[in-house]
Amino acid sequence: MFDDFFIRALVAGIGIAFVTGPLGCFVVWRRLSYFGDTLAHSALLGVTIAYTLEFNIAVSIFITSSIIALILVKLEKKTNLPGDALLGLLAHSSLAVGLVAIGFLTFIRFDIMGLLFGDILAVTTDDLLTIWIGGALILLVLKLIWKPLFASTVNYELAEAEGLNPDRAKAIFTILMAAIIAISIKMVGLLLITGMLIIPTAMARNLSDNPQKMVVFSIIGGLLSVFIGLFSSLEFNTPSGPSIVAAALVLFIFSLFKIKQTIQLKN
Amino acid sequence: MSIEKNILVKLKDVGFEQNGKWLVKGVSLQVEKGKIVTLIGPNGSGKSTTAKIALGIYKNIEGQVEKFTNNIGYVPQKISIDWTLPLRVKDFMLLTDNLKDDILNEALTLTGVKHLRDNNLGNLSGGEFQRVLLARAISKKPELLVLDEPVQGVDFTGEIALYELIKKISEKLNCGILLISHDLHTVMTATDHVVCLNGHVCCSGSPKDVARNNEYKALFGEQASQTLSVYEHKHDHEHSNDGEIKKN
Repeated sequence: MFDDFFIRALVAGIGIAFVTGPLGCFVVWRRLSYFGDTLAHSALLGVTIAYTLEFNIAVSIFITSSIIALILVKLEKKTNLPGDALLGLLAHSSLAVGLVAIGFLTFIRFDIMGLLFGDILAVTTDDLLTIWIGGALILLVLKLIWKPLFASTVNYELAEAEGLNPDRAKAIFTILMAAIIAISIKMVGLLLITGMLIIPTAMARNLSDNPQKMVVFSIIGGLLSVFIGLFSSLEFNTPSGPSIVAAALVLFIFSLFKIKQTIQLKN
Repeated sequence: MSIEKNILVKLKDVGFEQNGKWLVKGVSLQVEKGKIVTLIGPNGSGKSTTAKIALGIYKNIEGQVEKFTNNIGYVPQKISIDWTLPLRVKDFMLLTDNLKDDILNEALTLTGVKHLRDNNLGNLSGGEFQRVLLARAISKKPELLVLDEPVQGVDFTGEIALYELIKKISEKLNCGILLISHDLHTVMTATDHVVCLNGHVCCSGSPKDVARNNEYKALFGEQASQTLSVYEHKHDHEHSNDGEIKKN
């Protein structure tokens, strides 16, 4: 039978997949994958702060990532640099500052590999609570802002003109992004969270002709990736994050055959 | 009911500046229930900008906008939809409002595209897409309709039919319509008020007042002039491509 830690990892992974599915769709639709990366990189800084101040890691990451998102918005208004340069600037400098800070914290032993790539051994029962309660909250809020967020994703001006307040929905969505990174970092690792957000969604895009279907397939893709990834992580003793993302990649490659078929059918 | 109560949106001396250039300045107009106000003018004269100011899309504006309704249907001039997002006509119809199926079908039938209901939005022709946009805007039974060149790319017979439809809708729903046409030759006679823009309000009034030129009437004939009214006037200045005013 499976050891306890494996069951915990599985339950955690399932919880994460339910949230990354729908959020990932918006990341792909709104072209935010690099933005997700930036928030995830800044999470390392959150981890160091948590250790230094002996604070809850998920809360600390959530706060740090939200602040980085705010700084980004300010910088976008104040500088003439293009968005991707600003994202790169924030992503790499917060990663660098985080790593330097870890260097100073000699009194604590860090599992850097675990932070970067995820560690199923590290998932505790408390983490499960964080993931499932946090995840449920994220999904609830996403459901509440779905209409304005989706409408403004399709067309900002239509949403604004017809009174849906898209700016507020966008701001809330940014906070949700910080939240999903905060709750999933232990499992997937900060370098690969964006992969978990966009690869199952990319697979879902190949299989869907409408947004609802894409969300459902994206969740299914995430769940399958978690199952396949975790089992192979256990079997081959590979880190959990890369295993899950690699499984998602395999699913994506399979989904390409479906596109080929549809294109052939059309001709 | 007082006239004030019928006003849906009122623009008072509004202007909008972008990158140091005034796109429009000093525009005042109002749209009332059951009335159609048409904005006409050459390219770059600020018609779409004026509509966006009225809709609240542009926020840092000069002047005042008073809106008395939130039930608005909008057909933008340009709409770019990213195809990373799979979207059927049906999904698009439900974008800003939760509509019942029969209401959705009714609107699509009115604009003649019910058969495209389950098609992907990306597979429509320009004219078909325009009909879907119009169907979406009218389906929520808005109090105010803002139509920015609603019939662009629609075939000629369709164009007339859609204008007839717009007229019918304004009567049926008693909604106010702010209509934009870049086409100086085709403005509906049903229009109650015409505003000619050229970065500023050149002239405004009833179509008859504005359409002084009789040459087109002769060209299209009496019959056509009942559906189409015609407008032409002389400008004392021209606009270069970037919108700068060149005095003649």
